[in-house]
Amino acid sequence: MELMIRENSQDGQHLLYLEGEIDAYTVSKLRDLLLCLVNRPEVKRVAVDLSAVEYIDSTGIGTFVAAMKACKQTGCELAVQNLSPRVERLFRITGLYERMVPHKGESE
Amino acid sequence: MGQRPEADVITLTLPARAEYVSIARLTVSGIANRMGFPYEDIEDIKLAVAEACTNVVEHAYDCPQGNDQLRLSCWLLADRLVVEVRDKGKGLPLEDRQEAPAPIRPDVDIDEVREGGLGLYLIHSVMDEVQVSSNDGVTVTMTKYLQRDEVSCDDRAVSEA
Repeated sequence: MELMIRENSQDGQHLLYLEGEIDAYTVSKLRDLLLCLVNRPEVKRVAVDLSAVEYIDSTGIGTFVAAMKACKQTGCELAVQNLSPRVERLFRITGLYERMVPHKGESE
Repeated sequence: MGQRPEADVITLTLPARAEYVSIARLTVSGIANRMGFPYEDIEDIKLAVAEACTNVVEHAYDCPQGNDQLRLSCWLLADRLVVEVRDKGKGLPLEDRQEAPAPIRPDVDIDEVREGGLGLYLIHSVMDEVQVSSNDGVTVTMTKYLQRDEVSCDDRAVSEA
C-alpha cells in the first residue's frame, strides 16, 4: 500500500496531489511534507487534492489537524479539495469538513 | 471471549507495527466481502479495524520491540461479523479513559484539538456495537450486523424496479 504525492507550486500557492492510501504507515510522508511547507514563510496557500485517495483514517485526519495548528502560527492557508464520497464522509464525521473545505464561491 | 455458537472463527496475529495495519484491513475486507456486506459497510469495517490496530501500534507498547504483537480475531455469524483487536500492552491512556470519544467541535480553537483522539470516536461512529476493555492490554470488540432485509443476491439484477 503506497501513497504518492505530486507537488505543483506557483507564486506561493502550492498544490499537493495525493494518490493511494493514507494510513498509519504512509502518513509520515504526508506529515513531513505538509508541515515543512506550511512553515515556510514564502508559502501562502497549500491546497491538497484528495480525488485519487482511496482510503484515509484518523492518522490522516490528525495530520491535517497538526498542519492547521502550524498554519495558525504562520498565517498560511490550508484547504483540501475534490474529496471522494468516502473521504468526504470521514471529514464530515470527524468535524474537519467545515474547517478545511472551502465553501462554494470562496477561493475557487 | 464468551461462546459464540455456530461461528466460523478466523484469527490472525501480526507484529504491532504500522506497516502491518493494511494487512489487517485487507483481511477483514475479504471476510466482510465474503459474508455479503455492502460496499459502504465493508469500508466502515475496514476503517474501524484499522483504527483499532493503529491504536495498538501507537499506544500499546512503551518501548516498541520487534516481537510486540496484536491479535485480530473475526467471528463470522449468520447475522453479523464480530471483530476483536487485542494487545498485551500497557492499557488505555488515562485521557482516553476520561474522555468520551467525540468529533472536533466547530467552535473549538484548533490548538485545543488533540491530533490523536479521533480513532475511538470513528470506531463508535461506523460500527453497530463497540466494547473496549482494558485488562492485561486493551481489547476492542466491534460488531457489524448484516442487513438481511435488503436485496438478496438473486434479486440484485432486477432491483431497479
